[in-house]
Amino acid sequence: MTGPAFSLRGVGYRIGSARILDGVDCEFPARQWTGILGPNGAGKSTLLRMLAGVLPPSAGEVAFRGKTLASWSARERARHVAFLPQRTVLTFPFQVREVVGMGRTPHLERWQTEGEADARVVARAMQLTEVADLAGRNVLTLSGGEFQRVMLARALAQEPDVLLLDEPTTNLDMRHEFEMVEVLASLVQAGVTVVSVLHDVNLAASACASVVLLRAGRVHAAGAPRDVLTADAIRAVYAVDVAVGEHPQTGAPQFLPFRCMPPT
Amino acid sequence: MPGRSDSAPRRWTLGACAGVLAVSVIVAVAWGPVAIPLETTARLLWRALFELPVEGQERAQATIVYLIRLPRVLAAALVGASLAVAGAVMQGLFRNPLADAGLIGVSSGGALAGALVIATGVAAGASFVLPLATFAGALGTAFGVYLFATRRGRTALTHLLLVGIAVNTLFGSLTTLVLSLSHYEVSRQLLFWLMGGLDGRSWPHVQMMLPFALAGFLPALCFARDLNVLTLGEETATTLGLRVETVKRCLLVLSALLASAAVAVSGTIGFVGLVVPHAARLVVGPDHRRLLPSAALGGAVFLVWCDLLARTLVPGEELRLGILTACVGAPLFLHLLLRQDRGQRSEP
Repeated sequence: MTGPAFSLRGVGYRIGSARILDGVDCEFPARQWTGILGPNGAGKSTLLRMLAGVLPPSAGEVAFRGKTLASWSARERARHVAFLPQRTVLTFPFQVREVVGMGRTPHLERWQTEGEADARVVARAMQLTEVADLAGRNVLTLSGGEFQRVMLARALAQEPDVLLLDEPTTNLDMRHEFEMVEVLASLVQAGVTVVSVLHDVNLAASACASVVLLRAGRVHAAGAPRDVLTADAIRAVYAVDVAVGEHPQTGAPQFLPFRCMPPT
Repeated sequence: MPGRSDSAPRRWTLGACAGVLAVSVIVAVAWGPVAIPLETTARLLWRALFELPVEGQERAQATIVYLIRLPRVLAAALVGASLAVAGAVMQGLFRNPLADAGLIGVSSGGALAGALVIATGVAAGASFVLPLATFAGALGTAFGVYLFATRRGRTALTHLLLVGIAVNTLFGSLTTLVLSLSHYEVSRQLLFWLMGGLDGRSWPHVQMMLPFALAGFLPALCFARDLNVLTLGEETATTLGLRVETVKRCLLVLSALLASAAVAVSGTIGFVGLVVPHAARLVVGPDHRRLLPSAALGGAVFLVWCDLLARTLVPGEELRLGILTACVGAPLFLHLLLRQDRGQRSEP
């Protein structure tokens, strides 16, 4: 498949008179990791939820593989696109493997029970996110980081070719954050399109092949991190003065903040 | 294979529940002012099941079994199963173990409608008036609450909860108003009815209840996986391919249907819809594909025993079923909570 996974044309979203997104035009290339960046309240999560089909745009059009997202049936879309929200609150004491198994839902008919093949997919997803040991645990007893990895396994059990994640590395310690990055990078290698909201500019600069930088509901800049993430852009969008360096190992641009700017 | 290691004992649990229900029905039919030996009861029930003729000396006992006790016990089982399943569905839908069908006004609406037809004397006209009015009141109220909470095709559950609380408070006061304005004799009769009970319930009630119980329960089973997925939150459920608004609407209708039919037959009986799903969840886990059938069986067993106590505990006197469900249910609930605190299911 060539062409972008998602393309947005004049997309807007308003709640009452507040414009959360306004005239957003951008594309999300297939088989790459795209980061959505911007300060708090720039509309990052809203944009991601729009790609997930959870929020319908109040203006413009979101196309998935050249077809309006709204024209995909929820079930058909769910076989291609998985979504991991920032926070999931569970009330009932499901076991980890039961929660991960819920990811098989779009692949099962109403009366069908999970078969051997489904159990294999679930087991592999748990292995990939290192939660296989927790399979029999009550999800309500997990730590924040463990829970986050279980939720990623749930999304992977969906066998998506597009994975949408809202700040997937919050709650994770350094090792598990880096491991999450490696898992996502290997998924991209395997042909999966990854779109994630990220707070960490340095992480985006190292890991993403492209970024969309949002500012107050509009696209400030989009493209390769090297072109988009500059000291000027960060000053304009985040109102922070940064020193720019290079990662000694990977050579990716890295940003070290040293002063707040008066907000513009 | 992962995922299967623990399902065998759980399936066994479901079979055991069905066995317990069968035994409970036999015991409940045998027990009463005229005690009938258990084996005679079992034989008579067996004969009834296969429409075999009854021998001469067992005729009198057969009359008691078929015409009086069996329909009442079956009515108890159906009401208990319906309330428990309605509660389980609501708890799953609201992602809250404290929910039951009362939240959407089923009980208060049914009670008010029943109180009105009793107080105005309309109910005295024909025996079908009271259950019919109660059913209409319960279902109508649930529908009204739903409409109030729905804007542009979306039903926000928090909104539904608030509308439900307002309507419950209003209808509760109106029922008390009717009660306080009634003549002494009528108000006493009303008070008894409001406490819920199965006294004098017979085959017509079972016949009325059965289609609604089945029409509510079987489709609810179809939505068991959807209920599981909904516990992840509505947004995630949407991205797992659920048509969330449709599913919510269907589940609310099914829950309201089950609870309304139960209220119509027995009056308002508290605690079953709250406690039984909770207890079932502790035993079989939260997966609704197992939870809904076990809640149905558990609710049936629970109400059969409560009703048996209601009619036999004090000889010559009927205790109100609604009082007994609370008196039996609350300690049972506390016991389960204590057991849960000792970490029954949190073990790896």
